[in-house]
Amino acid sequence: MTAWGALPMLAVMLPVVGMVLALPLGARGAERLTLALLPVGIVLAIGTAAAVQAAGAPVVHLLGHWAPPLGLALRADGLAAAMLVTAALVVAAVALFARADFGTAAGATETRAAFAFWPLLLALWGAINLAVVATDLFTLYVALELLTFAAMPMVCLSGTRATLEAALRYLMFALLGSVLYLLGIAFIYAGYGTLDVVLLAGRARADLPTHVAVALMTAGLLAKTALLPLHLWLPPAHAGAPPAASAILSALVVKGSFVILVRLWFGVMPGLAAPMAAQVLGGLGAAAILLGSVAALRQERLKLLVAYSTVAQIGYLFLMVPLLVAAPGDEAYAARAWTGGVLQAVSHAFAKAAMFLAAGLIAARIGQDRIAGLAGAARLLPVPVLAFGLAGLSLMGVPPSGGFAAKWLLLTSAIEAGQWGWALVILAGGLLTGGYVYRVMAAALTGDGTQPALRRPDKRETIVLALAVVSVVLGLLPLAAFGLVQVGRLDLAP
Amino acid sequence: MSAILYGLLGAALTGIGLFGLLVRTEPLLRILAFNLLGGGVFLVFGAVARRGAAAGFAADPVPQAIILTGIVVAFAATTLAVALAVRIAEEPGDAPGAAPGADQPPDAP
Repeated sequence: MTAWGALPMLAVMLPVVGMVLALPLGARGAERLTLALLPVGIVLAIGTAAAVQAAGAPVVHLLGHWAPPLGLALRADGLAAAMLVTAALVVAAVALFARADFGTAAGATETRAAFAFWPLLLALWGAINLAVVATDLFTLYVALELLTFAAMPMVCLSGTRATLEAALRYLMFALLGSVLYLLGIAFIYAGYGTLDVVLLAGRARADLPTHVAVALMTAGLLAKTALLPLHLWLPPAHAGAPPAASAILSALVVKGSFVILVRLWFGVMPGLAAPMAAQVLGGLGAAAILLGSVAALRQERLKLLVAYSTVAQIGYLFLMVPLLVAAPGDEAYAARAWTGGVLQAVSHAFAKAAMFLAAGLIAARIGQDRIAGLAGAARLLPVPVLAFGLAGLSLMGVPPSGGFAAKWLLLTSAIEAGQWGWALVILAGGLLTGGYVYRVMAAALTGDGTQPALRRPDKRETIVLALAVVSVVLGLLPLAAFGLVQVGRLDLAP
Repeated sequence: MSAILYGLLGAALTGIGLFGLLVRTEPLLRILAFNLLGGGVFLVFGAVARRGAAAGFAADPVPQAIILTGIVVAFAATTLAVALAVRIAEEPGDAPGAAPGADQPPDAP
């Protein structure tokens, strides 16, 4: 139990309590409650990050004062703090954006979609916060399931047949993933008698049951994170959801299972040398970058293009695995790969939320979302198109964006570790990303000038632009500011 | 002895469930396969609990608690999946090939 330990606990409790209270309040009450909780959640997340930064050590809360292995601990390290702040800011932006689609105006009747959306948003927020601060492998399983159960209805909020089918497919992938994860937990518990990540870090042995357990859990988490070749559920699910839901699904939900994977590989497993398995994960990530980007290039529809771009960007996250495992005893390279991976997760969250919301605004205004039909969009909707372009710069890795900093760190770490292949993949992925962002921008910037001229941007456009600007400005922070994400890395523990 | 038997049975159920989930395409069969898979994993947990018997307990209570939580979660997941499958079956075939990604009005019934 450390000072300020209650902060991560409250960050988990706040959205969960809010969700329970929102159910009897109805759509209008749930909306007001969500909006009232947003600033509190942001303060808790930033407070946690400040406490971690100030202490230079993880902030730990023991539930009921019971220490593991008897009790459960919540532990906010640098990675958790960064993800808490990201989740709070993205949820806040999406909630403000969603008031136009799911808000209930005074006097209007409440719709079912609006009543479903606000509690689901709070549930997702709570589940993500739990997934990043929990240290018990079974608590992480519960967080994964909460995340799935809250994300699945978001996919089919519109209730059309196509989205229902996408939701069922997503649910099946996710359930398979969580059962495999649970089976892995059984093996870990049988071998060590505890499920606490911190305790396991000191005890893990490189024996067969442990390897089988980690392989099962990794496969399950890959299905949830949608790493190629388990990505098939993602494009229809993310592209079919309403814009606000797509943004939160692509920006945050897939990151939850990724953080758990990082905890598993670099929390439970640092003692187990598995360079071959790490190379396989990196190879899958590289394939996701290349094939996902090529698929995005070939899409006819804007939202599907953005969804395939998520498949590709998830690939970058997995490049940090072989770089961390293979960095032979050199802390500087490993630290760089770690920061690059986390920064990629954070900057992609902001950029992808901005892209999906911008695509939603464009599609709503033009009435369809075929890329071929975007002519004149830049004149009609200058701010969303600008936001799409800025977010695209971050995804491409053009300096000085956050995506550039992330990819640069991964790239230099790959070169210094002597693993040239990953560096080439990062560069090729950047070029392909440039290709599909260019396709959209080129289509949007053409036009015969007959469209209505510039007008004052409305509030939603400002929100989208703000998200895109954050994803770019992350790259302007001095590198020392990222020292936060190094705090409490378990793979460095002696 | 019984722990080994239940462990092996659990492994067999897990295999059958996994096969069904991966090979079948009908939603209802896949949901059933998921339940078999879950049942197998819970049996494995039961074997783990039995092997951990100590301090006067017939079995380690922690895996038992995990099984109970897991059953609740699997039940919730099954109801959710069945509700979704029923909803899809009821939906009058409004162009099953309609590309997802078309922007839908968010508050359709």
